[in-house]
Amino acid sequence: MPGLPKALAPSLAPMGRRTLFQQMARAAAATAVVGAAGPAQPAAATEVDPGSRLRRWVMVVDLRRCDGCAGLGVPPQCSQYCNWGRFVPEGQQWLEVYQRGLAPDAPSDAVGYLPAPCMQCQNAPCVNVCPVGATFHAPEGTVLIDQSRCIGCRLCMAACPYDRRFFNWGEPVQPAQVKETTYNVLTQTPAFRGTVMKCDFCTDRAAAGGLPYCVEACPREAYWFGDLETDVATNGKDVVKLSKLLEENEAFRYKEELGTRPRVYYINGHGEEAPRATAHESAFLKDRLEWPWREINEASA
Amino acid sequence: MNATERDLESTVLEPLVGLGRRFLFLAGGLAVVVLIGVVAYATQLAEGLRVTGMAATLNKQMYGIYIINFVFFIGISHAGTLISAILRVAKAEWRLPITRMAEFITVVALSVGGLMPIIDLGRPDRILNLLQYGRWNSPILWDFFSITTYLFGSLIYLFIPLIPDLALCRDRLAGRVSAPKRWFYEVSSVRWRGTPRQWRSLGTALTVMMVVIIPVAVSVHTVVSWIFAMTLRVGWNTAVFGAYFVAGALFSGTATLILVMAVLRRVFRLHGVIKDRQFTNLGFMLAGFSGIMLYFNLNELVTSGYKLAEGEGFFLDSILVGPFAPWFWAYILGLASPAIIMLIPKTRSFWGVIVASLIVDIAMWIERYIIVVATLRAPQMPYTNLAEYFPSTAELAISLGSVALFVLLIAVFSKLVPVVSVWELRHERAPEPREPEAVPAGPAAVRA
Repeated sequence: MPGLPKALAPSLAPMGRRTLFQQMARAAAATAVVGAAGPAQPAAATEVDPGSRLRRWVMVVDLRRCDGCAGLGVPPQCSQYCNWGRFVPEGQQWLEVYQRGLAPDAPSDAVGYLPAPCMQCQNAPCVNVCPVGATFHAPEGTVLIDQSRCIGCRLCMAACPYDRRFFNWGEPVQPAQVKETTYNVLTQTPAFRGTVMKCDFCTDRAAAGGLPYCVEACPREAYWFGDLETDVATNGKDVVKLSKLLEENEAFRYKEELGTRPRVYYINGHGEEAPRATAHESAFLKDRLEWPWREINEASA
Repeated sequence: MNATERDLESTVLEPLVGLGRRFLFLAGGLAVVVLIGVVAYATQLAEGLRVTGMAATLNKQMYGIYIINFVFFIGISHAGTLISAILRVAKAEWRLPITRMAEFITVVALSVGGLMPIIDLGRPDRILNLLQYGRWNSPILWDFFSITTYLFGSLIYLFIPLIPDLALCRDRLAGRVSAPKRWFYEVSSVRWRGTPRQWRSLGTALTVMMVVIIPVAVSVHTVVSWIFAMTLRVGWNTAVFGAYFVAGALFSGTATLILVMAVLRRVFRLHGVIKDRQFTNLGFMLAGFSGIMLYFNLNELVTSGYKLAEGEGFFLDSILVGPFAPWFWAYILGLASPAIIMLIPKTRSFWGVIVASLIVDIAMWIERYIIVVATLRAPQMPYTNLAEYFPSTAELAISLGSVALFVLLIAVFSKLVPVVSVWELRHERAPEPREPEAVPAGPAAVRA
């Protein structure tokens, strides 16, 4: 798709689309991962005007460190912070942690955990089938949804091989304050009935120098957020060379054989590097995830 | 005009006079069911799609009975093309009394079927986005344009051969029908006088349309199947789908045509025009499609079942021996039944064909149920809490309403225009050529 689709124009007015993304890119360049990685990348920074370079966001999940927060006796914190931070409507898990056997037909009943955000595919089946261009590739590589254009046909949901799309079947429950805001395509707020939503990689936070909620929330530092363009990744604590991280750990992409070319990589494992629980029995507490919007609305009413 | 022709005329035209208590009862009853469906849709508009059974499946089952009905109705619409275009091209004379009904069904099934995806939309208020922001990359857009093209093409193809008969109604029923109806015949017969030039134009238009409509019809069901086949899902991701859907459409279309024909023949006492021969001929076509359908199913199941790629095993298990097995095997039996019924001389009769048609229509609905529900149930991610879909009351009410609407539109149609093509039949009944000057060209020119 050349340039940005018209989708963004109404929601981002009066700022021009191009200007906005240039600004985002500049802001990101100035404050985000590049800033943190400053000393490691001096040559690149002087060579190219950072403002002219677009991010190519990727996420890396180190499954060796992920125990689904079972050892901590809390629900998976990535999902929980995503819910809280993105005002995810009740019942939706834009980032869902799946529990799975280590291998099909494995003799042991040990399990691993698979946190699944939107894979932000480069050959995205959802984008391909959208009849109105409501879901599209943003210049920085993420797949976004313009809920002010979506007609709710749900073919993107049928097309997504990762079950990563969610529909507002009824009026989505969100805090009243969120409902009152002007629609923003980057944060998908407020949520509209009859439209599709999903993980958006929190690029608005990245542009402001932050990290996605899941990355920030992970108590095991299992998430890395990075930029292929500048070849940097951070888990909020360490900063590493992204390509090296991927290569040395033989990172893979989920369902690579489908040809969707996701922007989410995994480093294989089953939580072996996560500290073991000692004080309490470890249990996967996905059922205890919360969407506290009704309570908030009731309390403020 | 000889006696048989007068008979034909009165048999066909008589039902158009007056409404009759039976018709009013039927139409009223159907209208009530349609109304219940409309009320259910109004609730859905007010509440959102959360009133459907899909909402309870946590986004795993994003399609349900609306899409099943959509595929079913669009399938039925192929009756018209098959009978009136394919058989017209093949010059099969026995089709003559049934072409009009077939085209009725096409137009009505497309109209009702086309409503289904709109009912299924989360934001029907934004449907015009399809025109404003439409992307040619999307199968939905292919469907949108191919179905509307087919609908307009079928309307034209229904209307053109109607013109001489509408003129006949205008001339013969002038003093006997109500003013609006008279006005309708007057306007819709587009000043048809039966001049040689008009007959020639009619002939040309029919020839062009019957050739044009066939690829359009094939494209429609192909792109309907591509909505499914353009995804990577187990059970959908297969190249056989296009051809499979086209064959399935012709299968259920023929079956529906047989049923509608039988009802109209009985109600309008058309036994003199539509013979049992038409039914058995269509029965043989059903039997042929049985074989084709079984063949496609075999292809699909064997190629995926042999390799058992990721997820295929789960899906095949669920339909062959699992929770969908009763549905699946009922469907397979239904597929085979026309072939069996037509094979046995004793059941190779009018009633045999009727039973086969009923079974086929039910089986083909089940097929679409399996295609939508059983495939979407196959998990794509590592979870075991499977989503089970059951249609809600609102969904059932809307579905019943759509079926009632289908029948109602056919009933209204049959009271408005002759249900068999009088001028085409007349030709068949009077093959001996008359003086070219006396009856200048006439229908004969069209046939030639």
